Amino acid sequence: MNPVTNGALKSKKTSKKPEYSRFTQQELPAWKPILTPGWVITSFLAIAFLFIPIGLVSLFASERVVEIVYRYDQDCVPEMYRGNVSAYIRNSLTNKTCIGNITVPKKMDPPIFVYYQLDNFYQNHRRYVKSRSDKQLRSAAYESSTKECEPEARFNKSGDPVPIVPCGLIAWSLFNDTYNLIKKDKVLNINKKGIAWKSDTKVKFGSNVYPKNFQSNDLIGGGKLNESIPLSKQEDLIVWMRTAALPTFRKLYGKINTSLEAHDTITVVLENNYNTYSFGGQKKLVLSTTSWIGGKNDFLGIAYLTVGGICLFMALNFILLYVFKPRPLGDPSYLSWNRKAVN
Amino acid sequence: MVYFLGNETKLGMSRGVAEPKLTAMDAMIDKLTGAIFIFQIVVVIVLGIAGNVWKDTEARKHWYVLYPDEGPWYELLIIPLRFELLCSIMIPISIKVSLDLVKSLYAKFIDWDKQMVDVETATPANATNTAISEDLGQVEYILTDKTGTLTENKMIFKRCCIAGTFFGNENGDAVKDVELLKAINTGSPDAIKFLTVMAICNTVIPIKSPSGIVTYKAQSQDEEALVRAAASMHMDFVNKNANILEINFNGSLIQYEVLDYLEFTSDRKRMSVVVRDCSSNKIILLSKGADEAILPCAYAGFQTKTFYEAVDQYAQMGLRTFCLAWRELNEVEYHDWSLLFKEANSTLVDREWRVAEVCQRLEQDLEILGVAAIEDRLQDGVPEAIETLRKAGINFWMLTGDKQNTAIQIALSCNFVSPEPKGQLLLINGKTEDEVCRNLERVLLTMRITKAEPKDVAFVIDGWALEIALKNYRKAFTELAILSRTAICCRVTPSQKAQLVELLKSCDYRTLAIGDGGNDVRMIQQADIGVGISGREGLQAARAADYSIGKFRFLTRLILVHGRYSYNRTAFLSQYSFYKSLLICFIQIFFSFVSGVSGTSLFNSVSLMAYNVFYTSVPVLVSVLDKDLSEKTVMQHPQILFYCQAGRLLNPTTFAGWFGRALFHAIVVFAITMHSYAFEKSEMEEVSMVALSGCVWLQAFVVTLETNSFTILQHVAIWGNLVVFYIINWIVSALPRSGMYTIMYRLCRQPAYWNTMFLIVAAGMGPVLALKYFRYTYRSSKINILQQAERLGGPILSLGNIEPQPRTLDDTDDRSPLSISQSKNGRSSVFEPLLSDSPSAVRRSFGPGATFDFFQSQSKSSNYPRNKDN
Repeated sequence: MNPVTNGALKSKKTSKKPEYSRFTQQELPAWKPILTPGWVITSFLAIAFLFIPIGLVSLFASERVVEIVYRYDQDCVPEMYRGNVSAYIRNSLTNKTCIGNITVPKKMDPPIFVYYQLDNFYQNHRRYVKSRSDKQLRSAAYESSTKECEPEARFNKSGDPVPIVPCGLIAWSLFNDTYNLIKKDKVLNINKKGIAWKSDTKVKFGSNVYPKNFQSNDLIGGGKLNESIPLSKQEDLIVWMRTAALPTFRKLYGKINTSLEAHDTITVVLENNYNTYSFGGQKKLVLSTTSWIGGKNDFLGIAYLTVGGICLFMALNFILLYVFKPRPLGDPSYLSWNRKAVN
Repeated sequence: MVYFLGNETKLGMSRGVAEPKLTAMDAMIDKLTGAIFIFQIVVVIVLGIAGNVWKDTEARKHWYVLYPDEGPWYELLIIPLRFELLCSIMIPISIKVSLDLVKSLYAKFIDWDKQMVDVETATPANATNTAISEDLGQVEYILTDKTGTLTENKMIFKRCCIAGTFFGNENGDAVKDVELLKAINTGSPDAIKFLTVMAICNTVIPIKSPSGIVTYKAQSQDEEALVRAAASMHMDFVNKNANILEINFNGSLIQYEVLDYLEFTSDRKRMSVVVRDCSSNKIILLSKGADEAILPCAYAGFQTKTFYEAVDQYAQMGLRTFCLAWRELNEVEYHDWSLLFKEANSTLVDREWRVAEVCQRLEQDLEILGVAAIEDRLQDGVPEAIETLRKAGINFWMLTGDKQNTAIQIALSCNFVSPEPKGQLLLINGKTEDEVCRNLERVLLTMRITKAEPKDVAFVIDGWALEIALKNYRKAFTELAILSRTAICCRVTPSQKAQLVELLKSCDYRTLAIGDGGNDVRMIQQADIGVGISGREGLQAARAADYSIGKFRFLTRLILVHGRYSYNRTAFLSQYSFYKSLLICFIQIFFSFVSGVSGTSLFNSVSLMAYNVFYTSVPVLVSVLDKDLSEKTVMQHPQILFYCQAGRLLNPTTFAGWFGRALFHAIVVFAITMHSYAFEKSEMEEVSMVALSGCVWLQAFVVTLETNSFTILQHVAIWGNLVVFYIINWIVSALPRSGMYTIMYRLCRQPAYWNTMFLIVAAGMGPVLALKYFRYTYRSSKINILQQAERLGGPILSLGNIEPQPRTLDDTDDRSPLSISQSKNGRSSVFEPLLSDSPSAVRRSFGPGATFDFFQSQSKSSNYPRNKDN
């Protein structure tokens, strides 16, 4: 190697000499915890003592929620149609009115939420969940952007396909059973205002978008919409279009602002319009009060208790193990190469 | 004028082509990726079929889905393809990016490492190849060059034997030996002849700087050392003017005219110069070379016994020896020979051989002047480094061009081989196939028997025997290579070095080759990892290598610290990447069971993208700062490297653990989310965000649990990431156009949301923590024990002696600081100086069994006797 390049290289090398910093030397001060019995047992006990009370509180809150579930899909089919339900439900001329009674088990304080519950209804099916046009719902300017809405995108109006507003399978299959509650011959007022999310009524559903050509095709899905009311006021539709993630779901129908006493009998007069019979779905009417954890749901409480209990059990086990089978941490005699040396 | 430069030179031609290197880890990750891919295909097929079945049996009844009666011809493929799309996240694309990122950081850490800067030359370590740091932690074999790698390649003339008199034996430096100086001053002809040969029998060119200081340009370090030594003994080679050499001896100028150079070749192992003394007009032949090349050429009746003894003695000290000889030629003899030489030099066929033959005619009847011994000192810290690495379970092969005895001595002083009672050297040499075969079989037999014993058996093979063994007995030699932890190969050529690397690689060993010169380039390129020492033989090796370091001892740090950490970090990072992808993918799969197997995605595309790119990539990247054990502990217990070598941290079993964890966590997240967000809360966007939050919370705790040391950066990355997750989602939730408008605000106001999060974390991490704790305490790995000992200030820290041990050549027992209190009986005898050896030594290293006696008698001559009394 000739001396010139050698010198040049050397000077380059020296300039490359690393700067000292704790990061480059991997010497940043570090906290190095290890799983000592103390740590682990303490954390398990801490979880246990935290979770068991939370579980109890949650369970208690859930227990305090009064819930009435009234399944009506079977009972509301008249005897004569029991063998051929689809003929009954598809025929628009049959009388769909149905009357049933429910009893209030415990005092229910307002607000009492009225839900309808559908079982085995796949609002989360891929074909279904995608079939909507948020643009069209938001603004009248996008009335014709119905690309995502197939197959319920356009109505063939005398050879000229015009957009359906609101388009898509979700809107098309709008739930259309109606409920009237009567307590002691007095109609219980179900308030249907404010059942949708504010963000939906204000932003997602336009106040200048009016239903057009809705349910005009030969195949009629679910409910119809009043064409003179803008979408932002069609709260039933808005609630329905918040698709559910599970095939069993409840959607808010309305609120009752009077209290119901225990053992009150309430007569339900409902219009059984919606077809869940073809796929064996169930329809239920649910009246429920609420608590800080929401509606009646024992799951969280039970899960908290279970996890807390298991943690307590583990902690006890580890304590016992620690007491009866102690193992000194970091005992060098467990190093095999040392063991060899001993032998 | 012809220059021998560039790629057409012998060195250039034998360099070979470097192939791109793939680490064992990358290969494993590729394998695992392949397995996951197959799993993905299976899932897609199963779900695709299930989806189509569900569609035909169930979905058509669900009128609101409005399946057309007649679909297009590709209808059957739609659902499988949707699932393929859904499951495509199962293989984390981010792993490649993350790995590249952290790998370049590993390399940077090597470049930055202050402790690997060679202070003398201010050369930092340099990682040229940024992709193979993990392999450093998995090295099983190190093949090392000797000269310049283990030694400093700073040749210094130390001792000599002139006409039967030893100089330099007392003070260890012949230049300062009073006797020698006296002999020179009194004009002892032997001494003067000896010095003359030292000064002019070479191809050195003196360069006089304007200030009058003479520097030497020499091809070989040895020649320079000899010339320098002669100069310091008043025989100053001052000028070379065309063919005239000027020597300044004690102030008087002597001129010689060079008539011929009889060049050095590795076959001849000697070189000679024919000069005419300008004052006396005498023609003299000056020769120097290896003992076996010079001593047999002595004139009949010359007593060479003392010289043989001198050579032996020097070789056992690990010195390089040269025999110097001289002969006066008469005019006629030279004239005749010179014609032959010219003719030979101008032949076109077989010139090399012809020239050698002609040279041979002149180089005989020599008067042997003496033996010069040159020391090439071991680099600082080499024996300690080798001892540490050998403890770490790394096998060493030394490949050198030096002669056998020198190589063995260097090997002993480097701790390659344990001293006598434990160590044992088996020689394989021989010139014919038969001999080599016999030797090989004998050595193999011994190896097989001693395999069970904790004995340190090494074999020594020379280049010739190696050639035969590789050619004819490859299988036997391979077995030998597998059996023996140590090997010393002397007199090997660059291509043989490469062949040995190839052989070990073919046995699936991770090899590291380290060298400093151009002759190591091929081996360096061939090996899984090539390390170059940027030393005195230029930068050729350092350039060709993946890593270049200034001194051999930095190899310990390179492997034990950088290699090990890199392996551990990559092991975690890669498996974690699979874990987080699998987690989200399993949730999608579970969701498809409650969404009519239609391939609905629970998560929106923005969330999925952000999950992979931000939420889960950032925290894990700081695992490049994670240290399971401190550097100190690793250096004290190099045995811990075994975990990396054996690939204990990344293999199908550990991967199955992560797979299981992903499955378990997916079940936890999905089940808890779907149950706590049931009925009236079961809104798609909310449920999706709850599940995503659950995953992000869980992964934060998984990273926390798997992190061994938390620096400030880790805290920032892990908990900061969780905060950033909420900030990002609040921002997205503030956009009216986004699908999840207001969702995150709604959720954060619900107690049920936070309850769900805590539940997911506790249910997900509880069992993992319990299992980890149990294994950590009751089924602890060596790493765990060392961690505990290190962090609790246990016996290691109180007993630890981490100061570099003094450079003793004998401290080779497996004594670790931990076992300091344990018996040392039978060890003290080991602490005998190895170098003070005597030829009459009796081997006592064989075990008590009678089986060994057979071998003892047979292999007596070949086992190198080392310890006087042991």
